[in-house]
Amino acid sequence: MRTSYKNITGLGSAHKGVGHFIKQRVSAIALLILVPLFLFQFLASFTTGYSGVMAWLGSPFGAAVTFLIVSAMVVHMRLGLQIAIEDYFGGAIRTVALLLNSFIALMLWLIALYALIKISFGG
Amino acid sequence: MAQLTLPKNSTITKGKHWPAPDGADPKNLRQFRVYRYDPDSGENPRWDTYDLDTSEFGPMALHAIIHIKDTVDATLTFRRSCREGVCGSCAMNIDGRNTIACTKPLDEIKSKVITISPLPHQAVVKDLVPDLNNFYAQHAAMQPYLKTTTAAPDKEWKQSIEDREKLDGLYECIMCASCSTACPSYWWNGDRYLGPAALLQAYRWLIDSRDEATGERLDALEDPFRLYRCHTIMNCTQVCPKGLNPAKAIGEIKKMLVERAI
Repeated sequence: MRTSYKNITGLGSAHKGVGHFIKQRVSAIALLILVPLFLFQFLASFTTGYSGVMAWLGSPFGAAVTFLIVSAMVVHMRLGLQIAIEDYFGGAIRTVALLLNSFIALMLWLIALYALIKISFGG
Repeated sequence: MAQLTLPKNSTITKGKHWPAPDGADPKNLRQFRVYRYDPDSGENPRWDTYDLDTSEFGPMALHAIIHIKDTVDATLTFRRSCREGVCGSCAMNIDGRNTIACTKPLDEIKSKVITISPLPHQAVVKDLVPDLNNFYAQHAAMQPYLKTTTAAPDKEWKQSIEDREKLDGLYECIMCASCSTACPSYWWNGDRYLGPAALLQAYRWLIDSRDEATGERLDALEDPFRLYRCHTIMNCTQVCPKGLNPAKAIGEIKKMLVERAI
């Protein structure tokens, strides 16, 4: 028979969480700046057709903005989904879902990175 | 973990109807739908309905419940003590919102039928009595007392008027559990998330100018579940019958943790 105190103190404090909290807010602020900047520049490049869009994405500024927005989005998405998974799932499902969440986020980031490198250097 | 449906043995059935007393003035009549559960009976919980003549008792929800127990159905079980919003015993869910029955005026409730059930998402001991053992243990885990390393002074630990004022809005908590049991995060992860009441208490000691265990207290709180399950839903602040703001206290704890990390 476990006491209530034993139940709620469990394995003790994990001594982490503040990093997650800070990263989620920093990525949110970054997106607040990057989303309008990216949309404005990216949509403006549409007027110059396919080659114009590719040229903008391949330019140092275009590639940097795109890289930053994809990175911030992936970080923010992963952290946000992690919260939802921890809230609603327990046990083995939680573990598997958290692993999948990290894996998918990393994959998305790598795909975007590959595409950007290809546009910038591969042609 | 989220549990969105009731297990089979917890599904609430239709219960008994207790008609209004003979000769009651129809314009004074109100219907009360009360959650009834007796674990010893082996039966599922049920909704009993009581038609009451509101002129026969006082203005608060607690008056109505006491009236039911005294004159209609003595088997109804609930906690109550001070009947003036100080002890927190009579916390329950009235008309869909957690509050303490003794300070909830019936004329504030616009619904035709007044529904009364125990605080949500806690094990039920009987009828309107929830099992609050974990809730109290969470409070105890916050070590709600002054912790110092410096030797105690001859008289009292002194505190400036300004520092004392920082405790206003924190020390008044009566631990009725309305806030914690109104919080979805507490519903889903109440075994690991401390809940707004315990965290408000934690902040009350974190911000106390006399307490010397601030770092130790923050260490104990920094945890993805203990503290960071709070997503600022703010049901806690909305329901607090004492008008306190646990959500703000939790936000302040998060700020303190950021402050010491950067």
